[in-house]
Amino acid sequence: MTNLVEGDDNIMQRLVVQFKSSGPKRFKGSRSGGIASRRRRSMAGKKSVQAAEETVGGFHWSTNKLTASTAAMIVLFAVLVRVLVSLGPYSGQGTPPRYGDYEAQRHWMEITLHTPAVEWYRNTAANNLSYWGLDYPPLTAYQSLVHALVVNRSLPESLALFSSRGFESPRSKLLMRWTVMSSDFLVFFPAAVWFVTVYWKRFDGSGREWSAPWLLAVILLNPCLILIDHGHFQYNCISLGLTLGAVAASLSRHDNIASLLFSLAINHKQMSMYFAPAFFSYLLGKCLKHQNWVLQVGKLGIVVVGTFVIVWWPYLYSLEAAKEVLYRLAPFERGLYEDYVANFWCSTSVIIKWKRLFSIGALKLLSMFATVLAVLPACYQQIKAPSDHAFIYCLLNSSFAFYLFSFQVHEKSILLPLLPASLLAQKEPWLFVLLVHSGLLSMFPLLLRDNLLLQYAAILPLFGFIFFSPNGGENSREDYSSVRKKVLLALLFVISFVLHLIYLTLEPPRKYPFLFEALIMFFCFSQFLCLTIWTNIHQFKNATSSSGKKKKNNNKP
Amino acid sequence: MEDLWWIFSVSLCVKLLLIPAYRSTDFEVHRHWLALTSSLPLSRWYLDTSSPWTLDYPPLFGHFSLLLSLPASLIDSTITDLVAGQNYAAPSAVVFLRLSVAITDLLLLAGIHRVTRKLPHPRRRLALALVLWSPALLIVDHIHFQYNGFLLGILLISLSFLVEGWDLAGGVTFAVLICSKHLFMVAAPVYFVYLLRHYCNGDWGRAVSRFLVMGSAVSVVFIATFGPFAYYGQIHQVFRRLFPFGRGLCHAYWAPNFWVFYILLDKILAFLLCKFGFSVRTPEASFTGGLVGDSSSFAVLPQVNPIIALILVLLAMIPCLVKTFLRPRPENIIRWVAYAFTCSFMFGWHVHEKASLHITIPLGIIATNSMEDARHYFLLSIVSCYSMFPLLFESQEYPIKVLLLATYSILMWAGFSSHFRRSGAPEAAKKKNAKSSGSQHVLIGPFASCYLLGLVFTEIWGQFMHPYIFGSRFPFLPLMLVSLYCGIGMMYSWIWQLRQVIACT
Repeated sequence: MTNLVEGDDNIMQRLVVQFKSSGPKRFKGSRSGGIASRRRRSMAGKKSVQAAEETVGGFHWSTNKLTASTAAMIVLFAVLVRVLVSLGPYSGQGTPPRYGDYEAQRHWMEITLHTPAVEWYRNTAANNLSYWGLDYPPLTAYQSLVHALVVNRSLPESLALFSSRGFESPRSKLLMRWTVMSSDFLVFFPAAVWFVTVYWKRFDGSGREWSAPWLLAVILLNPCLILIDHGHFQYNCISLGLTLGAVAASLSRHDNIASLLFSLAINHKQMSMYFAPAFFSYLLGKCLKHQNWVLQVGKLGIVVVGTFVIVWWPYLYSLEAAKEVLYRLAPFERGLYEDYVANFWCSTSVIIKWKRLFSIGALKLLSMFATVLAVLPACYQQIKAPSDHAFIYCLLNSSFAFYLFSFQVHEKSILLPLLPASLLAQKEPWLFVLLVHSGLLSMFPLLLRDNLLLQYAAILPLFGFIFFSPNGGENSREDYSSVRKKVLLALLFVISFVLHLIYLTLEPPRKYPFLFEALIMFFCFSQFLCLTIWTNIHQFKNATSSSGKKKKNNNKP
Repeated sequence: MEDLWWIFSVSLCVKLLLIPAYRSTDFEVHRHWLALTSSLPLSRWYLDTSSPWTLDYPPLFGHFSLLLSLPASLIDSTITDLVAGQNYAAPSAVVFLRLSVAITDLLLLAGIHRVTRKLPHPRRRLALALVLWSPALLIVDHIHFQYNGFLLGILLISLSFLVEGWDLAGGVTFAVLICSKHLFMVAAPVYFVYLLRHYCNGDWGRAVSRFLVMGSAVSVVFIATFGPFAYYGQIHQVFRRLFPFGRGLCHAYWAPNFWVFYILLDKILAFLLCKFGFSVRTPEASFTGGLVGDSSSFAVLPQVNPIIALILVLLAMIPCLVKTFLRPRPENIIRWVAYAFTCSFMFGWHVHEKASLHITIPLGIIATNSMEDARHYFLLSIVSCYSMFPLLFESQEYPIKVLLLATYSILMWAGFSSHFRRSGAPEAAKKKNAKSSGSQHVLIGPFASCYLLGLVFTEIWGQFMHPYIFGSRFPFLPLMLVSLYCGIGMMYSWIWQLRQVIACT
């Protein structure tokens, strides 16, 4: 409460100042109306008028600062949306014998609950690895165990060894959904709130007005993340939440906590490695600026190694055991790509038959080479001149590079580039909305297979409304909306709408049964490619502009 | 305008997401009515007994069902099949009916747009959010399944006509409303007195002619609706269906009104008298059996019948009617109508908890009038929404109803406090005799916050502690507690509104 009061007192003060400086006449003259208010805004100083207009609201974006009540409201609404999406079906619902990701998670709970930790990644009598064998790092296994203990208390038959395979009931669905919900609430939400408060503190004085509640809302209501976690059924919220926490920690100069959290993220899902180059180069770059840089690097190294040792402890008794786990984590035998993922290899495979031309070994090298090449510029920039905004760009670039060029990428991996993009929403609103939109489209076939069309059709516009809310992103919107961008965006939306329609209504020609998937893939891939080139350029631009500013600031005193 | 559509669209997305949620038997009721009205001629509408869910809304709602059945039969003809469609709940039927509720909410949008369009911008936006995001409306219409949204929309349109001084249009719209759902009839006395005094004013000639105009306009609506049934000689049958007085004083789950206290007092008296050795004939498990249609009786206190309930409602309404008669001013009509609904809610016969929507939705519009209104609305809307919690008893919907209410409460709190902090400052400076500027800006006083804390405790007790302590014994106790506790809040709201009606208008 006190927070709110303070925030609004602030507004009152600003208002008073405004009244004094501009006089009451202007306020009298302009009755409500778009043009008038816009003119008024440009005439008077930004802050106070904005505040006066926005103080009362449907969606209370009253203060640009994040107050306790606004944050609570947004968090509750985000939870509500997740719960509503979770009413829908999950992947593989009622489709024996393999089911889907839901069954995989349930099976992991079953295995971790009934077998000792050393057997989790090993083919044994109790653990048949060919049926949804555990292929995520140990932290996922521990998380499964914790959830299994909870679920086991109220519904033991859903986790009984062997007999529970394919167990489905409304009650077990509810329990499983709540394990995701609670993880999301305990990991991703606090991380998002932390990030927004830190980001606000660091970039409040950046000159441009922006609304912290709006940023929190668009981070929390990212439709891709909600649909995959609470519709399709996965626990991305944990690894992404840990990564987000790590970003917030590094922005607030807690580098040790950042390395701890990021190590945990990697240990929850190996896909978090997509961010590793960015974290590595950013932290290294920061350490190198110190006089005692060896000590700094050593500290961080100890934190990372220590975290890994603790997480991997059950498998460190012999090299064999550790290798066993590692092999499970890197399933190279599954091939260069799966389904119709909108990355470089899959998209170009229409012309160049990568899988036929090269052996798996050669493809591994090729993809590694391509990825490293794509990551290099961003990393080089960060090591040379680490800066906060450029770091988030670097996260985006690095994850994009991995998504586009690395070996064995899923459609769902687009969630990783989406995270830093959502963090940049205030600075690059168009980038984020484009990426959400094309990322969601790239997963459309997958989500349609899960029968999540209704949830898809409801949550995409919901996100759009929040994103373009009358008061929320307006400030940033005005700065970034040129006519050309608007036309481009409208064109892209129309194309994607047509693609959705085609995919839903038309039968593909018999000769090319996956024609429409391929169309969607090309469309998304071309956007991803353009976006990543654009963000790479902007990382450098941003770095030079911020360093330029610093120099200016240094000159001033 | 932008706000209007934005707020509506956000709620529409939430409504879409609610499509797979739990739905009550009311879903089958309304589906059956589609089948009934589309497959049977008008003369059979109120005679048909092919399903237990007979048509018990006025004929205009039947026509609405008929209208809906046209697209329904195009989409899936089983929906409108009288026999094969029974208990039909294929995705096509669910999506169609759910969407029909969401789309007919456009009338609510029209109503709220009309009634708030003269308000200053920030107040209008707040009122729009309060009404369109009302959690009680979402729970009743979009989860439980009913069509209150568009009916309330018609009410708001009618009120907006009255507020703007178009009395004839307001009266006719209200007649249409009554012919769609007769529960709205309880506001008729207020409408009658108001129109009599406000519309039929002036010298005698003018008054009489206006009275005749209004009377004939309203009669046309009623004749068009009920005339055909009178022609078939079924008017008695129609009224028997519309007013099933055999249903007993209280619904299975007691609506939180005056009768809760009455029943409890009776129980306590019976218990005490038994203790002191008097022989009291206690009816077996009266009022706790939970069967609709069982008319329980009291052990000690005098029996209640529909006539007594009606007299009590009218008695409670008298101060408001007198005020309306003396000073029929358009700016007060919303408050008076809401008060009339409150009276019927408090003392009516067989009241449903859903009827509190009729109070909260109109009051939401005038909640930003003053700090006191806001305070009252804050409490009332929470109590009214909470009293609907028992409608959704499945664990899947539990978090939804709690989150809906919690989000809405914070929205109200943030919206009201910032609104009144801003607009309150110059006002307080103007009024020198204002009590104290400190208490003016407090949205929740100590009593109210204690009461709301108690509400949370009641919920925790009913959900967690009761099953833990008593197991499956006394299953009616948590529900009774909810009714009783919300009854206190509703009683407060009634008294507050009564005072407001007497003092301010």
